[in-house]
Amino acid sequence: MAKTYVSATINGESAEFLCETQQTLLDVLRDVIGLTGSKEGCGSGDCGACSVIVDDRLVCSCLMLGVEAEGKSITTIEGIANGDTLHPIQQKFLEYAALQCGFCTPGLIVATKALLDENPNPTETEARYWLAGNLCRCTGYDKVIRAVMDVAADMRGEKVA
Amino acid sequence: MNYIDFSLKVVGTRPIRPDGVDKVTGRAVFAADTRASGMLWGKILRSPHAHANIVSIDTTKAAALKGVFAVVTGQDFPEIASEEAFVGEGPMNFRDLSLNCMARTKVLYEGHALAAVAASTQEIADQALALIDVTYEVLPHVIDVEEAMAPGAPVLHADMFTAGVTPKPETASNISKVVTFKKGDIDAGFAEAEVIVEGRYTTQPVHQAYIEPHACLATYAPDGQVQIHSSSQGHFMIRAYVAKLLGMSISNIRVNPAEIGGGFGGKTLVYLEPVAVTLSKKSGRSVKMQMTREDVFRASGPTSGAAMTVKIGAKKDGTIVAAQQVLKFQAGAFAGSPIGPGCMCGFAMYDLPNVDVVGYDVVSNRPKVAAYRAPGAPITSFAVESLMDELAIKLGIDALTLREKNAAKNGTKTHYGPVHQNIGFTAVLDAVKAHPHWKSPLKEGHGRGLATGFWFNIGGESSAQVHVNEDGTVTAATGSPDIGGSRASIGMMVAEVLGVPATTVRTIVADTASIGFTFLTGGSRVTFATGMAATQAAEKVVEDLKRRAAQTWDIPVDAVEWKDGAAYPAGSNAGAFEPLDLAALALKAGRTGGPILAEVSINAQGAGPGFGAHICDVSVDKETGHVKIERYTAIQDVGKAIHPSYVEGQIQGGAAQGIGWALSEEYIYNSKGLMENAGFLDYRVPVASDMPMIEAVLVEVPNPRHPFGARGVGEVPIVPPMAAIANAIRSATGLRMPDLPMSPPKVRAALDAAG
Repeated sequence: MAKTYVSATINGESAEFLCETQQTLLDVLRDVIGLTGSKEGCGSGDCGACSVIVDDRLVCSCLMLGVEAEGKSITTIEGIANGDTLHPIQQKFLEYAALQCGFCTPGLIVATKALLDENPNPTETEARYWLAGNLCRCTGYDKVIRAVMDVAADMRGEKVA
Repeated sequence: MNYIDFSLKVVGTRPIRPDGVDKVTGRAVFAADTRASGMLWGKILRSPHAHANIVSIDTTKAAALKGVFAVVTGQDFPEIASEEAFVGEGPMNFRDLSLNCMARTKVLYEGHALAAVAASTQEIADQALALIDVTYEVLPHVIDVEEAMAPGAPVLHADMFTAGVTPKPETASNISKVVTFKKGDIDAGFAEAEVIVEGRYTTQPVHQAYIEPHACLATYAPDGQVQIHSSSQGHFMIRAYVAKLLGMSISNIRVNPAEIGGGFGGKTLVYLEPVAVTLSKKSGRSVKMQMTREDVFRASGPTSGAAMTVKIGAKKDGTIVAAQQVLKFQAGAFAGSPIGPGCMCGFAMYDLPNVDVVGYDVVSNRPKVAAYRAPGAPITSFAVESLMDELAIKLGIDALTLREKNAAKNGTKTHYGPVHQNIGFTAVLDAVKAHPHWKSPLKEGHGRGLATGFWFNIGGESSAQVHVNEDGTVTAATGSPDIGGSRASIGMMVAEVLGVPATTVRTIVADTASIGFTFLTGGSRVTFATGMAATQAAEKVVEDLKRRAAQTWDIPVDAVEWKDGAAYPAGSNAGAFEPLDLAALALKAGRTGGPILAEVSINAQGAGPGFGAHICDVSVDKETGHVKIERYTAIQDVGKAIHPSYVEGQIQGGAAQGIGWALSEEYIYNSKGLMENAGFLDYRVPVASDMPMIEAVLVEVPNPRHPFGARGVGEVPIVPPMAAIANAIRSATGLRMPDLPMSPPKVRAALDAAG
């Protein structure tokens, strides 16, 4: 089967790739482009481990086709840090020990980025519902939510007690 | 050495974990992230039936498909003799495990592997699976544990004769063994009782539900050398199983531990690795395999479901005089449920004179169970701690007081043999009593439940190396896969001994060819046992560094003391020398005996048992039957928290898994014995919006057998939640929910039945 040529922006850089029409964006990221930070936990959009931001919208990359990336701007976990400077969300996850095995962590960080881009001042309930699409089996979400609330305050220039 | 009474600088602090940056940036390499030159994709054909004879498998068309490089079936795997294996966490038989990885003549559950292909792309591999022609003779199946025990049930294994009963049965059955524990005189105990309570309880199988599906990459080279990258709780375990199941020598197999995306016990055995190696051998190419989420649900894990009865007799003052329990545990398609620990853990919190426990290990047409966090204990404790609540109500005694009255203490002899020593259960109950949650008034419409839990924890074989690098920095290597922050805790113990900041020590997980044998990550053993090995290795390094300083100064070694990361002359009599720190000593290493390192391999003994108590407030929606956790406090004796954040994380995560077990998780089967909810949409693990904050309270009663006093902490927290929540629902509604999960339909039905 002929492959389709796709031109997109990935983590701020122009990217061109060929993909099968049935390949998901997740498969393209992982197997064609080699960005393996996005994880496959379910392949059905239920776990959020493959979360990416596509033109300011949080999506499960396992539910989007690679060919649909044409002309889109995609941010993956690899594009969250600024060079060798961690994004405040990443730094806060580390300080709060908001990860254990680390498998869901890329998706959670991307989803948190999307949350704070849209709502810089979420309530705890809003954060919990926004992140309800990102399964974490290790932490019980406690330290994740604390990290999210604290980094949101930091990014607003506040300090939570 | 023992540091329990020392003033500590690193242990007990909260540094950022060594592997943290890799995990927040997407750099961490999990098994599915690995690639090899010329790699193929391996996929498995799985049984669509719950129970069937394999009449024939025709792989001709699949093998002929362009892009297919190997097709294997059961015939490609050696026959393995029945032999008990001691390389995983739970009981296992090598032959069963081989048959579980690849069926030979019979499939025993939906999802049972019976053929596999390796192809150049995943799509071609899928097409090839569809071209494999299998003729089945479908057999009657059995799913429920008590139906599987009943006379006339379909028998899974013609050679299964119940062990543990005399005389040996003459007919095969689905009961693989009967386990009994007795203490005292149970009849005399009940005769003495003034109040007797009884209950029957059931739990459903639940999956460990690690977010990372099983995955591996295997390469079989023409010289017989095998390389495996795999996500598991023990790369030495993978090596041992692959060697045994494929008839290879261990020296020909090297297993590289990829990062592991959660395991909780479910990655303590093999599913894919022997298949990938066989496909690689047949194709001459590297083969990568990964399970789908459906595969994970249908063919790996879960833990047992169970049917149980409990009977407790007490005096009017609350003193328990007799305790009896019958447990029937589903093992899945092959023998080996955690019935042993199930029988041990239910009553282990209490000092009881007369105990009688009988357990049955029962096979049925479900996936073979795997260990899941304190295997068996959450199941048995749900029953016992629910009935303890009923006893408290019947006696009119506070739930905490009843437990205090009967609590196991140092010197209590358990019904399964050992005498409790250095335990902190009383301290945990004291912490419950003192906690603001326990003392706070209940809100209108809320109910409160209390339940306790026990896990014995294990030690075992571990190896650790400590290297002082040329510049004085330190590398610590161990053989324990890091499943939740153990690199941090191990590095911190090494740093404490060496007297350097935690950031000076980088901890890595070494592959099977690069470090001594290390038993798998399970039983809450790593910080205890591997931490002990690493501590001893660091102490050997300190002794060596002192010797080198003494040599440099030309003074006796006992005139050198080590403090704050440097060698000092011990007092003025030793001479006036500038201290030599790690960097200075590393610089002189070539002249003082060569590279500075120590490796310690031990079989650690003395894992201190762990106890916990959870307090839970719930509200119950009378319309929908939905139970909401309003407040949750988990109190646990952790011995000594090396890195308190990750200890709290273990407790919070364990509690969350227990909450899912209590309220929403279950395997649902249809009448054909097929699982109907093999995905995260329908198998409902807790999500962030289901959960409150979980307050983890660390009680520290040091374990004197560990250099820093640590106990295992990872398993205890999943034990109390189910009963704590059931007891809270009882408090809120007056209803006893004896069957898990306490999901909205069940709660609503119970509310309706009560009028």
